[in-house]
Amino acid sequence: MSGAGTFLGMPAFPHNAAAAVQDSQLRFNLRKATHTIRGKRAAVVGELPDWAELRRAGKEIKDHTLRHLDRYLLQLEEAVTAAGGHVHWASDAKEANRIVADLVKATGETSVVKVKSMATQEIGLNEALQEEGITAYETDLAELIVQLGDDWPSHILVPAIHRNRAEIREIFQEKMAEWGRAAPEELTDEPRALAEAARLHLRERFLSTKVAVSGANFMIAETGTLVVLESEGNGRMCLTLPETLISVVGVEKLLPTWRDLEVFLQLLPRSSTGERMNPYTSTWTGATEGQEFHLVLLDNGRTDVLADEVGRQALRCIRCSACLNVCPVYERAGGHAYGSVYPGPIGAILTPQLRGTASAIDASLPYASSLCGACFEACPVAIDIPEVLVHLRGKVRHARAERLGMRAAGWIFDRPSRLARVQRLGGRLRRFVPGRLPGPLSAWTDTREIPDIPAESFRDWWNRTDGGAR
Amino acid sequence: MTAGAPADPRPAAEIGTGTSANSRERILARIRSAVAGAPDAPITRSYRTSPEATDVIGLFAERVADYRAVVHVVDGSEAAATIRAAMARQGAVRLVVPDGLPAEWAPDDPVADDPRLTAAELDAVDGVITGCAVGIAETGTIVLDAGPGQGRRALTLVPDYHLCVVRADQIVAGVPEAVARLDPARPLTWISGPSATSDIELNRVEGVHGPRTLEVVVVR
Amino acid sequence: MRVALFITCVNDTLFPGTGQAVVTLLRRLGCDVEFPQAQTCCGQMHVNTGYPEEGRRLAGHFVDVFAGYDAVVAPSGSCAAMVREQYPRLARTTPARTAAPAGLLTGGSAPATAERDDSFARRVAETVPKVHDLSEFLVDVLGVTDVGAYFPHRVTYHPTCHSLRGLHLGDRPTRLLREVRGLELVPLPGAEECCGFGGTFAVKNPAVSAAMCADKVHNVASTGAEVLCAADNSCLMHIGGTLRRQRTGVRIMHLAEILASTEAAR
Repeated sequence: MSGAGTFLGMPAFPHNAAAAVQDSQLRFNLRKATHTIRGKRAAVVGELPDWAELRRAGKEIKDHTLRHLDRYLLQLEEAVTAAGGHVHWASDAKEANRIVADLVKATGETSVVKVKSMATQEIGLNEALQEEGITAYETDLAELIVQLGDDWPSHILVPAIHRNRAEIREIFQEKMAEWGRAAPEELTDEPRALAEAARLHLRERFLSTKVAVSGANFMIAETGTLVVLESEGNGRMCLTLPETLISVVGVEKLLPTWRDLEVFLQLLPRSSTGERMNPYTSTWTGATEGQEFHLVLLDNGRTDVLADEVGRQALRCIRCSACLNVCPVYERAGGHAYGSVYPGPIGAILTPQLRGTASAIDASLPYASSLCGACFEACPVAIDIPEVLVHLRGKVRHARAERLGMRAAGWIFDRPSRLARVQRLGGRLRRFVPGRLPGPLSAWTDTREIPDIPAESFRDWWNRTDGGAR
Repeated sequence: MTAGAPADPRPAAEIGTGTSANSRERILARIRSAVAGAPDAPITRSYRTSPEATDVIGLFAERVADYRAVVHVVDGSEAAATIRAAMARQGAVRLVVPDGLPAEWAPDDPVADDPRLTAAELDAVDGVITGCAVGIAETGTIVLDAGPGQGRRALTLVPDYHLCVVRADQIVAGVPEAVARLDPARPLTWISGPSATSDIELNRVEGVHGPRTLEVVVVR
Repeated sequence: MRVALFITCVNDTLFPGTGQAVVTLLRRLGCDVEFPQAQTCCGQMHVNTGYPEEGRRLAGHFVDVFAGYDAVVAPSGSCAAMVREQYPRLARTTPARTAAPAGLLTGGSAPATAERDDSFARRVAETVPKVHDLSEFLVDVLGVTDVGAYFPHRVTYHPTCHSLRGLHLGDRPTRLLREVRGLELVPLPGAEECCGFGGTFAVKNPAVSAAMCADKVHNVASTGAEVLCAADNSCLMHIGGTLRRQRTGVRIMHLAEILASTEAAR
């Protein structure tokens, strides 16, 4: 399952990605899914004449909120409390898990239904609850696929994007019975039939479970309102039917005013599923319709990110996953290669900031990009992901050989005369360059020829011919 | 904080108030130190706050239908007949009718939510008929605010068929106008088409946990 | 107009023909082209690989070398984007206590730190707006799209990420190509997708880089073009290396080389 701890100790990104690239089924699934969503997103974004202005407002509202995060969190706490809810503060994953487990135990229940939530995946809540004898049932179709398949999520919005319909059918047939109602005998791999199987499997669970755990897409400081966007109705089931609702939300999910939703309810659906609006959005303020409501505010490294002047823009993220869907590296490497619940370009800047860069996987993430800029262009809150990647590259520890190589290159470039001498040396040795290079440079010649080295550099030609005049 | 036996004796409100109180101060202090000296960040709202639309009702009907919902646009005098015909086509006889739904829209044999229907009872009815608070043309969205003729949130969730009547004067052009009309203190449900998923190969499939059929009657 | 050619270290060392083409082309269009001998490298490799201090030093050298020209023209969208996007950022984030780029040419003792930092930021602000990619210079500064070229071949154009999303060159390069006599421009499927070069990305993440390039090469081959053209030799070196390894027979050419071709030259 998808605990935060599960990923640690993973090999570095290039190793994981190389394995993924060899998996032709995975590459086919990813390509099909990412290209489908890219097209849909482009179409609905193109429909809005004021997309650039909405994007600017989205960026600025988030920056403003982050600048005054302390003030707005206090305002939120006051509003939620006034509306009958309870607010808890958690510095880290352990504390958040402890709070949720105790809240569930206080109800006397031993199971919870869950709405898909990145924050609870980040802190490994399901595993922590399991240790306390509480079973967490994921109810989002993709999360169900991941949970039944004993798999890891590989996408922010579509955690089972790496699976195609035939694989999903197999998982349902083999595993549903272990968790509850079995899959129908004659299950086909038609998406409609698969969705129906999930409906039947989960319905009795929804009707009987008394505690639900959710995240939230937005929290409104001014009113104490929480907002969840979803598609299937599993979110509504969890938010409305149980007697107790516990929402675990990162502190950066805040918006100052109710009005700010007019921006984000346009930016998020179009950027994520490529729809004008997602099928269901629920908003609630405090204890609603007789329900007991708890809000757990989660830091878990976010205040460290906030302290980095360049890196803090990652906290604007609204988890739409548009950057994943346009990323050529994600498309080939898949989500698991990133070793985090946050894969793709946003994961490559968020994970090393939240977890630090001590492990091999975390130190390799800032390099998991060709800096092509497609993510920045697609980001609805204008996170300059390439800028943050480059910034983080400057902070990770480099291999000694690379440091020496870079220092040598810098030394050559410090004086044009040195560069000219190196060029002349290359020109003289050009016939002796092998087709396959040794060491790390073999990574180049494994699949590509090296260019022919010219007999004379441009600067030598310029000097010899007086800029072509002679 | 103690781990607690299966039933923690403390009131739930007190859980987390031990370390959590310290965490509250710690988190706030860390935030203050992280942003100290950062310049203020102004907000520019140059986007459209009231989109121009020549035919708001037509656009609304078109966009709702895009989600593969069934849409009818009728005059007030035709509303009752349209509702009855829709029910007959759907084979829906027992519909939940929330308090405050105009009598002329209600079916002959209404199921009232009084006393509150259990989730299992809601699961057993043929569907639900409601009004709404706001309709949004650009996005084809209906917003329910649990007001008169709408009922609590579960009513439009558990039954498999949702018949929703939208008055023309409830329809606005874009999202900003809708947000301005709505009261955040009320529980809101924004509905854009029937329940759907994009989880299988990122293609939209209608019908998972919410109503699989959404039928909308727009009354001019 | 006093135009400085910023050749870039890759072109200087590996693709001198591109530089010669730029000189030919700009002279034909009436420009007085100079080649500041002190230039070396813009620092992109260092900055993008995580060595901002070396990058900042090279950036300081760059702004010293190219100060005072009316325009600086680079036959590389990537290096032009480096200067335009990252130099102001480097200037902003120069640590207060670190000596800013000393004038490497002049050598000499470094003046007080604060003074130095200001001067780096000022020199960046002065020089950076004058730095142009070739097609941008032709279309926006000189105001020409027909450069009098003749190139009777079937060509497809790869826009490269930094030209497209860094410099926002848009259709400037293809407007220039469409005016070339004899040239048949065929659209490249998936043109806006990265080829997988990405500087040191190509050797740090070789599997993904090669997979991206394989798709690019497949798209290039599907056009039936004889020549793949781009405004960046580093991307072309990567795609071209794969084209050659796969013996596709498709040649690579820098935009400048096509624009410099004339009937008389044949």
